[in-house]
Amino acid sequence: MPEPEAPAADGVVVEINGREVVARKGELLIDAAERAGTYIPRFCYHERMRPVGMCRMCLVEVDTGRGPALQPSCMIECSPGMKVDTESEVTKKAQDGVLEFLLINHPLDCPVCDKGGECPLQDQTMAYGPGESRFVEEKRHKEKPIPISDLVLLDRERCILCDRCTRFAKEVAGDPLIHFIHRGNDTEVNTFPDEPFASYFSGNTVQICPVGALTASTYRFKARPWDLETTESTCQQCSVGCRISIDSSRDQVQRYAGVDIDPVNWGWLCDKGRFSHESVTAEARLGEPLVRQGDELVPTRWADALGRAADALRGASSPEAIGVIGGARLTNEDAYAWAKLAKGVLGTDNVDAQLGDGLPAEVVLGLPRATIDQVCEPGGTVVLLGPDVKEELPVLFLRLRHAVVSDGVTLVEVSPRTTGLTGLAAASLQPRPGEAGELVRALVAGSDAERDVAGLPAEAVNAARRLLAGSRGPLTVVLGRPSVAESATAVVDAATALLAARPDTTFLPALRRANVHGALDMGLAPGLLPGRVGLDEGRDCFAGSWPSVPASRGLDTEGILRAAADGHIDVLVLLGADPLADFPDHDLAERALAGARAVIAVETLPNASTRRADVVLAAAGFAEKAGTTTNLEGRVSSLSQRVTPPGTARADWMLAAELAARLGADLGVLDAEEILAEIGRVAPSHLGLDLAVVAGSPDGVLVPLGQPEAGPSSSGDAPEGQRGAAADAAAVRSDAADDTTTEEAEAAAAAAAEGAATAEAQAGAADGAAAGGDDAVPDEPLSAPRPELVAFVAGAPGSAPPLDAYAFRLVATRKLYDQGTTVQASAHLAGLAPGTAARVHPADADRLGVSAGERVVLRSARMSITVPVELDPGVPRGAVALVTNQRDVRVGDLIAVDGPVTELRIETAS
Amino acid sequence: MAITDAPKIITSRLGYDDSHTINRYVATGGYQALRKALTMSPAAVAEQVKAASLLGRGGAGFPAGVKWGLAPADVWPRYLVVNGDESEPGTYKDRILMERDPHQLIEGVLLACYAIGAGQAFLYVRGEMALAQERIAEALNDAYQAGYVGKGILGTDYSIDVVLTWGAGAYIVGEETALIESLEGNRGMPRLKPPFFPAAKGLYMQPTIVNNVETLSNLPWIVANGGEAFAALGAEGSKGTRMFAVSGHVRNPGVFEVEYGVTTFRDLIYAPVYAGGIRGDHQLKAFIPGGGSAPWFFEEHLDLPLEKVTVDKAGSMLGSGAIVVMDDTTDAVKACLRLVRFYARESCGKCTPCREGTTWLERILQRILDGHGRPSDLELLLDVSDNISPGLTWPPKQTTICPLGPSATAPIASALGRFRDEFEARITVAEQARTSVPVELKAPSHA
Repeated sequence: MPEPEAPAADGVVVEINGREVVARKGELLIDAAERAGTYIPRFCYHERMRPVGMCRMCLVEVDTGRGPALQPSCMIECSPGMKVDTESEVTKKAQDGVLEFLLINHPLDCPVCDKGGECPLQDQTMAYGPGESRFVEEKRHKEKPIPISDLVLLDRERCILCDRCTRFAKEVAGDPLIHFIHRGNDTEVNTFPDEPFASYFSGNTVQICPVGALTASTYRFKARPWDLETTESTCQQCSVGCRISIDSSRDQVQRYAGVDIDPVNWGWLCDKGRFSHESVTAEARLGEPLVRQGDELVPTRWADALGRAADALRGASSPEAIGVIGGARLTNEDAYAWAKLAKGVLGTDNVDAQLGDGLPAEVVLGLPRATIDQVCEPGGTVVLLGPDVKEELPVLFLRLRHAVVSDGVTLVEVSPRTTGLTGLAAASLQPRPGEAGELVRALVAGSDAERDVAGLPAEAVNAARRLLAGSRGPLTVVLGRPSVAESATAVVDAATALLAARPDTTFLPALRRANVHGALDMGLAPGLLPGRVGLDEGRDCFAGSWPSVPASRGLDTEGILRAAADGHIDVLVLLGADPLADFPDHDLAERALAGARAVIAVETLPNASTRRADVVLAAAGFAEKAGTTTNLEGRVSSLSQRVTPPGTARADWMLAAELAARLGADLGVLDAEEILAEIGRVAPSHLGLDLAVVAGSPDGVLVPLGQPEAGPSSSGDAPEGQRGAAADAAAVRSDAADDTTTEEAEAAAAAAAEGAATAEAQAGAADGAAAGGDDAVPDEPLSAPRPELVAFVAGAPGSAPPLDAYAFRLVATRKLYDQGTTVQASAHLAGLAPGTAARVHPADADRLGVSAGERVVLRSARMSITVPVELDPGVPRGAVALVTNQRDVRVGDLIAVDGPVTELRIETAS
Repeated sequence: MAITDAPKIITSRLGYDDSHTINRYVATGGYQALRKALTMSPAAVAEQVKAASLLGRGGAGFPAGVKWGLAPADVWPRYLVVNGDESEPGTYKDRILMERDPHQLIEGVLLACYAIGAGQAFLYVRGEMALAQERIAEALNDAYQAGYVGKGILGTDYSIDVVLTWGAGAYIVGEETALIESLEGNRGMPRLKPPFFPAAKGLYMQPTIVNNVETLSNLPWIVANGGEAFAALGAEGSKGTRMFAVSGHVRNPGVFEVEYGVTTFRDLIYAPVYAGGIRGDHQLKAFIPGGGSAPWFFEEHLDLPLEKVTVDKAGSMLGSGAIVVMDDTTDAVKACLRLVRFYARESCGKCTPCREGTTWLERILQRILDGHGRPSDLELLLDVSDNISPGLTWPPKQTTICPLGPSATAPIASALGRFRDEFEARITVAEQARTSVPVELKAPSHA
């Protein structure tokens, strides 16, 4: 993306092909030249990785006062007075020579190569290379291709040894599993013997390979680049919201690729996101509505299915007898439509987008929010108080890894077991399950702990405490639910303690499901309305456009399921939710589905819960409808339609509108764009948002949007994070301006306002494309003052549950690949789910007299399961760690959601 | 003719059978320079080396004293790395020094460390040099035992540790940045200079001085006798004495220490005290003056002195001090192929022109030798060489990071420049063989 030229003051003036160019200080020549419109060909250079200067394609003649000499422009920083000739005879001969060298052993099997048509080697040969080869000898031959993982194949004949994939694996992903082996002309990329390239990020190497050496097993021979149609969108496999491009051919999604945007994914994707495109075209996709006939679900006409659903809803004994669970799969527009249907038309507030495995919505929405850039700000300190980021939010892991390795960010990890980031953390503490709150209070205390805290020795706690106390730079927290086997209370406690000790702390909520943040923003949570406002605060805003607003706060998912189990729910609507798989407590979910009189599922793929439904409405999924999504930062970005939905599947918002019509109400919307415009009119945190604003911001728009008076319409070249800070801080400031409820809020607002002032002060010249910037604000002033957005209100600190010396506490975490529907519907990902075992600390295993591989019975108050044991020093003493949603092991059978922790006995299976 | 009676500075102990032992070393004045240095300031020691104008003996001939001064002030820690990965074709002087006088090297290492302020030195010995490794290890153990190395050297509060590392068999690791990569545990691949000048960003990105074995072996004598005494020997621009390894078609191949810049090639190749002349009744055809990567010299260069600047100006280099003599029985094409093949096989594979180009050159030469040469091959050889080393100039330009690629082009430029007829003769034979075969052209049948 072309950016404005740096001011001459801190710029470096160089001469490129006789033209003066102002480069930034320390800028590489290859980048400065490209910004100035002179493209220098390259293979090994990649702007997101350290240059190595080995392909020699970017050689240009550089004169730094000692006469012109060929230099690799990817390794040379611009220096004052440098004269560069990218078109001289010497330069051209060198580039010509390098291309000839690269081609002499290249198989030139372009007609059968996936890369043919979009291949940098082809393109640059056309532009810069010789037309004919003078090489008459036999080319190098290697077996082709060889699988280096389940997802990636390597053709060593095509490889030009640019070191991009190997560098990515080592530097970016931290999985140095592919490497150069042999030497000289025999050099090749390969894995170590018997160690596949089993990285969560392996697909990126396919994308950055400048030839067809690395190909993806999901895409081989599927399409030719010139047949592909491409649209940019936002990945929906987790809440990071990576920008991607969707390529389709013959109305079928063929592949995704990462798109480089600065504030989020830097062009990278995780393999789950990249290869989940197979789930879009999966055989199992629901293409028509289904209704129950006895024990069977049979296909039917839409009129029939919608009619049966509407009848069920109409027949509910009271609005409170309707519960709506789910919404993370939905677009913002879908979520808004369903919120309007549920809360405005049906009148129920028993609505929750989360499945009891997240955090209270008020906590997520009310805490001062950090952007990814703010979390990764050089010199800052990050407290990880949530799930294993590498497993649940993989690209955030890449950003954090870069922040630690390259930018001096300090990580302090508080997790129920070691994670993918433990090796990078300055301190990693594994408290006893349920006692994270107690531990964090000790970490932010003014003085050293004198005795063990949460099962951890005082020295370890105090070392981390001093690390936090001595931290300079911003303090941010990645906050989520580390284990579904314990309640969210401990984490909320911990967040409360951090915010009280450091009021300038900001939080990145790590709820993992795709658009769960958008769903919460759109009011799919009890007690909330679209735009991050409470029922009472927002009532006036919605009076004009909604038939009604629920009178009082409803139930969350746990409450809805309990009510259903007790026979108080007449209609249970599952909006892309599978409580049987995802609600932590399986038994409760089972009883709820059995107890609800009617179950309506709105789904793209069948799952355990849809099979129990009475009506299944086939929904259009990702890549099949346009809209917007909101990531964990609150960044609203666009989703695009690339293909038509299967069969007659329809967008979720349409289904909401159809049902409303059958219930005699008009949602008043005809397309997604209209819904977004309505959101921008009525949702307090989204005021001013519309399609033009989203489309005009390639990096997305941060919500809540600032009020017009929050600052002059400037932003400029302040880093993305600061722009976000300004927007966020402005929002908090406006909340707190008229009315402060608690001391915390006041302090937080003051600190945030300070942050905004700094960010604004640093903002320089105008930059029209500022994401989340003030240009997103409509020109006309608002008619009514914006109501107060949800604020975080600290509850009373919980106390650690009493210790039972005979019991083990359960830690239930997730892995990237599991038995979830999209993974299992993606042929190449399905087999990657690793399964699970009971991981215990070796000392505990000793004490119990069990050894690795032995099968044990885990018995909770609810049920028992039999699993093999694995020894793992990363699990705290007195705990058992399991991975949820893996084949054959139903961890949810053990969990009862009523206690703060899940206690287990371990018995040897006889 | 200038066979001088300059003192033996680094080979003085080679006559003793037990020259590698600590007893012999101490009995012949060993470690006295270290004792003397410890009474001087580090700067004063460095000053002596500067005054000696000691040129690096590894190949590039950069003044050691100046090199030491390139490390940025006040950046710590800094390291000394000893390049004992001697692998240039024809060169075997460092091996002799490590096998026969390891304590002299260790004392030199200690002096250098003291002068530059390094607390740790890494001695990297070529993987194939088993005896040198054994002798160095034994000597280092003895030196630690005797208190010359380690904590609190000779009762002072000055401490230096020396770490031994054996190479794994790659020529390229003789290049200093590749050696540093190898020391760090990575593949031996050179780094680009700039920005990775070892003196600024070397081992573990710290200031690092990389010195050759022979260079450091000079230090005990220089410190003991003073830099002036060293500079009094030799020629302007090439001071002291220097070891030359003579090999090839001579009567008495070996390593000789001669006064630098005064003795001529003719002296070294023909004098009875040195190589003793061409074997049998043969005549000189060509000689390589400074290791396999140096352009060849011929009869007319014999009277040049062994002096850096003069040889550079004449279009080649003294390099690592290896003189390879070829007599009139030598096949220029074969000799050229032999050298090119060495560089092709030793290319690390990092830079495209070297990885692909050197092998291509080897295969063209092999083809010519096998009788399948084409008339266009000679221009092709030169143009491929030109794409590795633009202009085929001296000193060479390069499209690669390190000089390995251009090294493969030097023998081609030399052999083709002087003995083009030999190449053409083989190609003509090949052409005749090719064109004399009756070829019956038939139209393809479409039956």
